[in-house]
Amino acid sequence: MREDLRIIANLIKRDARVLDLGCGSGDLLEHLAHAKNILGYGIENDTDEIAACIQRGINVVEHDLNEGLQRFPDKSFDMVIMTETLQAVDSPHQLLDEMLRIGEECIVTFPNFGYWGHRVRMLTSGNVPVSQPIPHRWFDTPNIRPCTFLDFEQLCEEKDLRVVQRLVFSSSYKTGSLMKRFPNLFGAIAFYRLGRAS
Amino acid sequence: MASEIPDNSVGLVKPLSHRFDSSITLQSGAKLPGFELVYETYGRLNEERNNAVLICHALSGHHHAAGYHTREDTKPGWWDNCIGPGKPIDTRHFYVLSLNNLGGCHGTTGPTSINPDTGEIYGPTFPTVTVKDWVQTQHMLAQTLGIDKFAAVIGGSLGGMQAMQWAIDYPDRVAHALLIACTPKLSAQNIAFNEIARFAISSDPEFYGGHYQTSGVNPERGLGLARMVGHVTYLSDDAMGARFGRELKSGDIALGQDVEFQVESYLHYQGETFSKLFDANTYILMTRALDYFDPAREFNDDLVRTLANAKAKFLVASFTSDWRFAPERSDTIVDALIAAGKDVISTTIESTFGHDSFLLPIPRYFGVIHAYMGRIARERDL
Repeated sequence: MREDLRIIANLIKRDARVLDLGCGSGDLLEHLAHAKNILGYGIENDTDEIAACIQRGINVVEHDLNEGLQRFPDKSFDMVIMTETLQAVDSPHQLLDEMLRIGEECIVTFPNFGYWGHRVRMLTSGNVPVSQPIPHRWFDTPNIRPCTFLDFEQLCEEKDLRVVQRLVFSSSYKTGSLMKRFPNLFGAIAFYRLGRAS
Repeated sequence: MASEIPDNSVGLVKPLSHRFDSSITLQSGAKLPGFELVYETYGRLNEERNNAVLICHALSGHHHAAGYHTREDTKPGWWDNCIGPGKPIDTRHFYVLSLNNLGGCHGTTGPTSINPDTGEIYGPTFPTVTVKDWVQTQHMLAQTLGIDKFAAVIGGSLGGMQAMQWAIDYPDRVAHALLIACTPKLSAQNIAFNEIARFAISSDPEFYGGHYQTSGVNPERGLGLARMVGHVTYLSDDAMGARFGRELKSGDIALGQDVEFQVESYLHYQGETFSKLFDANTYILMTRALDYFDPAREFNDDLVRTLANAKAKFLVASFTSDWRFAPERSDTIVDALIAAGKDVISTTIESTFGHDSFLLPIPRYFGVIHAYMGRIARERDL
């Protein structure tokens, strides 16, 4: 089983109402439905991914995240999840506000652009880094908002978002003591569980 | 068409009819002393009786949704591109039922029928019929055919409203509701267009207050005009532009001619053809049913509560260029379904053809229907 799905499932209460932003073909929602009997909905705007959701019977709403989430009422979900999509939206800071408006909590993951491999590549070759979690070249990348652990936490502080939990992973969702001590240098994937400031 | 019927057609079909002899009370309180429904079926009801699909027609539709009545027919049923072996609604898996709704003019009891109480044609005295009444009578027909629960109830536009009403009124009898180019209620602008259509009909000197049939005439001009107005609202500016542009009929401007531009002659043709085939009182009745549709009204205008008892899973599809029932109207339904905790899949199909898109074989649209129906078939091992 995919490690990231297992990790997220462990953080979700049984029977929770879950919204998955950029749900892709619905792997996470399907897993959470089996593991935690959730009532889940995905938001997606890629027509092929939506077609896959339809095949699998995954609840999906065709919608562009860049148009905002105004259509969803306050506190209408227990958990709002956005995996590896934050770096690809127009206004990540506004979207985070929206996620915490409609959800009690949210889970956000993104590739850490401060990862040592990227730093080395920048220093040695002078090219914008290309790697497994960020596989595109600079001109056609959907990842228009690269950020690091450090950047993200600065934003959370500015916006008074409560970091309930922070996890650090390699690109294959393994973890280790070195990356736990120096996430911004050795973590490839940043994983945050956020809540509203009380 | 004729001698060669395509392989992926349901082939030659025969309309059937069922007569209900007991009277029913309609939503308006009016009683109808028995009635007849005309319908067609395609495919075969399986032993488990779990593969039945109901097709609900829109404003000017009828029971003849697929196949041909005779080998000489030039055109197949109105949704033949979507229903048949290998088509999105695959008759190798599903038993498809399509009927002409109460008040219709294609064989089902309606304004052109004889009122048994008076021995005269109903005409304008035919009672007001609502979407709820249609759903009730569709349910009665389903029971006579041994269908306890539909695998899916499917409809576009006014047909989508019926599918929605099914999920609300008979939650245990519909597994999936497919709402295409639909809306939870008409806007003031929608009602305005319908009223223009009705006024066009009633202003025709041959309308005689709806008693045209007994006077031996037909308000063809009024009905034709109603259809012309309707037609403009079914298309988009882009679709009309792409199809007709400012093309002239004769190739050159001849100021003062009756019909100068291609689009004019197209609209006149549409109006004329329609007015010869359709009944004016039925058109008025069907547009009224559209206007009155507002299931949330019974629930304090709360669409979430309206849908709270539904047990069906939903597919809601809309089209980007549809300005009659725009995608935002479908979004309203989707948002209410999510708030009510219902299973829903929602797509907005890119299309330039306006409201009419729901009748067209747009590849992505048909792909969505095909995939959704495929999933229903898999769930049931069909």
